[in-house]
Amino acid sequence: MNGLAGASSLFLVAAGLSIIFGVSRIVNFAHGSLYMLGVYLAYTLVELFGRSSIFGFWGGVLMAALCVGLIGVVIEIVVLRRIYRAPELFQLLATFALVLVIKDAALYIWGAEDLVGPRAAGLRGAVEILGKRFPQYDLVLIAIGPVVLGLLWLLMNRTRWGTLVRAATQDREMVGALGVNQSGLFTGVFFLGAFLAGLGGAVQLPREPAQLMLDITVISDAFVVVVVGGMGSIGGAFLAALLIAQAKAFCIGIGDVSIFGTVFSFSKFTLVVEFVIMAVVLVVRPWGLLGKQQGVQRGAFMVEPPLYPLNQTFWIVVLAIVVLLGLIPFGGDNYLLVLLIDIAVFALFAVTLHFLMGPSGMVSFGHAAYFGLGCYGAALALLKLKLPMELALFAAPLAGGLGALVFGWFCVRLSGVYLAMLTLAFAQIAWSVIYQWDAFTGGSNGLIGLWPSEWLKSRAVFYAFALVLCVGSILFLWRVVHAPFGYALRAGRDSALRADAIGINVRRFQWFGFTLSGAFAGLAGGLFAFSKGSISPETLAVPRSVDGLVMVLLGGVQTLTGPVAGAALFTWLQDSIARNTEYWRAILGLTILVIVLAFPQGIAGFLKQMSARTGLMRREAV
Amino acid sequence: MNRRSWLKLSAAFGAAMFAMSGAQAQDTIKIGEMNSYKNFAAFLEPYKKGWELAVEQVNASGGLLGKKLEIVSRDDNGNPGDAVRIAEELVTREKVSFLIGTFPSNVGLAVASFAKEKKVLFIAAEPLTDKIVWDQGNKYTFRLRASTYMQTAMLVPEAAKLKKKRWAIVYPNYEYGQSATAAFKQLIKAAQPDVEFVIEQAPPLGKIEAGAVADAIAAAKPDAIFSSLFGADLAKFVREGQTRDLFKGVEVFNLLAGEPEYLDPLKDESPVGWWVTGYPWYAITTPEHKAFAEAYQKRFNDYPRLGSIVGYATVQSAAAVIKKAGTLDTEKLVTAMKGLTHSTPLGNITYRPQDNQSTMGAYVGKIGLKDGKGVMTDWYYADGAKFLPSDADVAKMRPAE
Repeated sequence: MNGLAGASSLFLVAAGLSIIFGVSRIVNFAHGSLYMLGVYLAYTLVELFGRSSIFGFWGGVLMAALCVGLIGVVIEIVVLRRIYRAPELFQLLATFALVLVIKDAALYIWGAEDLVGPRAAGLRGAVEILGKRFPQYDLVLIAIGPVVLGLLWLLMNRTRWGTLVRAATQDREMVGALGVNQSGLFTGVFFLGAFLAGLGGAVQLPREPAQLMLDITVISDAFVVVVVGGMGSIGGAFLAALLIAQAKAFCIGIGDVSIFGTVFSFSKFTLVVEFVIMAVVLVVRPWGLLGKQQGVQRGAFMVEPPLYPLNQTFWIVVLAIVVLLGLIPFGGDNYLLVLLIDIAVFALFAVTLHFLMGPSGMVSFGHAAYFGLGCYGAALALLKLKLPMELALFAAPLAGGLGALVFGWFCVRLSGVYLAMLTLAFAQIAWSVIYQWDAFTGGSNGLIGLWPSEWLKSRAVFYAFALVLCVGSILFLWRVVHAPFGYALRAGRDSALRADAIGINVRRFQWFGFTLSGAFAGLAGGLFAFSKGSISPETLAVPRSVDGLVMVLLGGVQTLTGPVAGAALFTWLQDSIARNTEYWRAILGLTILVIVLAFPQGIAGFLKQMSARTGLMRREAV
Repeated sequence: MNRRSWLKLSAAFGAAMFAMSGAQAQDTIKIGEMNSYKNFAAFLEPYKKGWELAVEQVNASGGLLGKKLEIVSRDDNGNPGDAVRIAEELVTREKVSFLIGTFPSNVGLAVASFAKEKKVLFIAAEPLTDKIVWDQGNKYTFRLRASTYMQTAMLVPEAAKLKKKRWAIVYPNYEYGQSATAAFKQLIKAAQPDVEFVIEQAPPLGKIEAGAVADAIAAAKPDAIFSSLFGADLAKFVREGQTRDLFKGVEVFNLLAGEPEYLDPLKDESPVGWWVTGYPWYAITTPEHKAFAEAYQKRFNDYPRLGSIVGYATVQSAAAVIKKAGTLDTEKLVTAMKGLTHSTPLGNITYRPQDNQSTMGAYVGKIGLKDGKGVMTDWYYADGAKFLPSDADVAKMRPAE
């Protein structure tokens, strides 16, 4: 029964996320932040209203949810409304920035200490069920889930507003064409979604201390539930929440099991069980338990203009930049070299992700898996196989490529957000294996002692080495985009049906593209490992994948140079802002928000548009 | 995009980079400090206050070697990759004399590896992993705080006295929890060979499903529980366990749970009777502690937490080694660090020459309730020197230099 209580709160959060995605197609990373605000606001408001009275407790909970709903409205009106016409993924960037801002705002308002909320008034005790004491409050929680599900069903199926929401979920362009005020509809939907996230957080007050890591914890679970249940399906979200919460409770209850003499700890499996479930569901039923294939997008987004072949002017500019970078060791300080090594490594990582997202049309939320496998491949080759560093570095693209080959076989069968979530599931599975395999990978501590060979120990020499490898790899990938292989990938992206009709095996090309991308991401990981001297599981954790997405989106998906610009800007911003202010995360978030609102095509996309507008270099690809 | 614009952009970028280099003041001793201020804010805000107070006191009493002490502080984002880059910046750009700080064990280990490679002194403040001075120790890295093994060892004598046979274990599923569990099993078995471990639960850090875990432990009917949960996981476990009467008639030992950072949020629901390591600041009457607590209260209008002690003592160590070495030369600092003894609010500590671990201890006691708040009762200071591995064990574990 413990699983049932957890399922209700998870359902509330996931339902909100699902509703928002269904209508506006925004993948809202900040949804977890809204949940966190729900817990914090409930803490404050229940204390204000009176923790010992039933009215005080539930009044505080409902008021907290309403406040979060209103915060959602403000977010939608001030930020998201301006970017509905930006490429869909670019909206991720805005929500990522909001996560940073909201977290520091919560730290500022409520402070650093965990806040343990009061027990629910009138529900402090436990009842005996089957010989076990079960909390009264959990019984109420178990009831809240189905009640909200019922209310949502009534709202969606018995009101005009609900009809409009369902229509917009299926085909929002047609709804707009029929004269419905999309703007108001989107704001209302965002309010409802935020309200549900806030409610999900607020009802957890007796069970969950308010603390600053709640947002990250809940957003990944909410994403899993939404995808397993089917994007846009509220009933699916309910079923998926039940499935996942029960699976966790089951693993905890079953404990250690002996199979053929080997002891398996199911309680440890709770580290990753929701991602395994998601992977299995997506492989077997790509649109989730109750989901449907996403409606066809019609006319809302201009088809991306074709990339023209790289020409002489482009190569001259690239050469000038590379020469300039090559001269820096003779004039810059040593730390500048360190930062530029990071920028070069992340630029390569971002380019490999862009290779998937841009030309190939495959979104990946788990790209750090291949970067991290590259790190570990190089590290283990150095430490366990005792290979010299130069040879160990070759293990990095091999490990990244092999991981991408295996995971890619499953992933390329999907598309859109489902493909993205499957890449995330596989990344989390890889992460959890590395995280828990203490004897081999060093577990959560990672591996140390990964320093370069003697001739590369000078920062200037290692810098030149990394620069050559990263620039060479980037240029190679750019060349591939303009080779027949790249054309085939773009054909698959632009129209899989037509590509199939003319004889291109789209899935095979995508799979090989996925593998190639993973191999070069692995190379970036290997260089990272040797530049840092140590690695740990965060090299393939979710935040690393999110950083990759931010870099690509910041630079612009629709240009080849975008990821390089985005990686340089993001790494430099993070470095300089983090160094100078206390609330550096909020400032980083606000900076990204400003860039998002000012340059919806990304930096390089903006520059490209400017050059096109002036008529200069009309046929250039930058 | 024409060539001129691109070159302008590149030049501006380069100029911005150069502009960030700062000139170094000649009358200042700079020490680089880094920690995960955003990720572990509950512990590290008091920690920061602690080291700020120590710096102010050092400078108020004349500084060091005739110079003012300055700490250059950075947030490492709880991330080893960022931490190494920051360490590099502190050493090459800020030109600090040595490094102090860090909290998560993976960050501490990464910076320790950096310190060894670049030959920079590093005083690790808070990372609890045993590996940082033992399995993966190096000449340049010293650690202030009592390690996971040490603190577990401090609780074992009390656990063995009870002669309970059936033990349940619950720990966060990462290295700290895994190590605490391994140490507890080894030590309690050595003290009491007939103990049995009837269940183990390993929830992901920060994500315990406390109700299900409590039920699973109750079903195993343990006589006693050993836990290394902390923070939000601990709070959830306490509440769900109490609602289910899990702790009735069961003895509980919980590493770290007596630290104000983790005990104070529990307020009137603090679990009475649990044996914990922690810091009963309100009841320590030694002159060194009284002086510290009064200065801290006056400066910040707040009571100290354990993080405050760690931050304060880390800077005390830094100041003491500079005084002893009489120079900022790294090799002389490292030599001076070995066997360094100095006063702290918890009493004198020594950095052992055989393994670079300090003898800072911890308070062991039972949780009680007073005025609706959790407090430590029956507490005593467990001197770290008594809970360290033997020289023979150290020699086996520590890599040759």
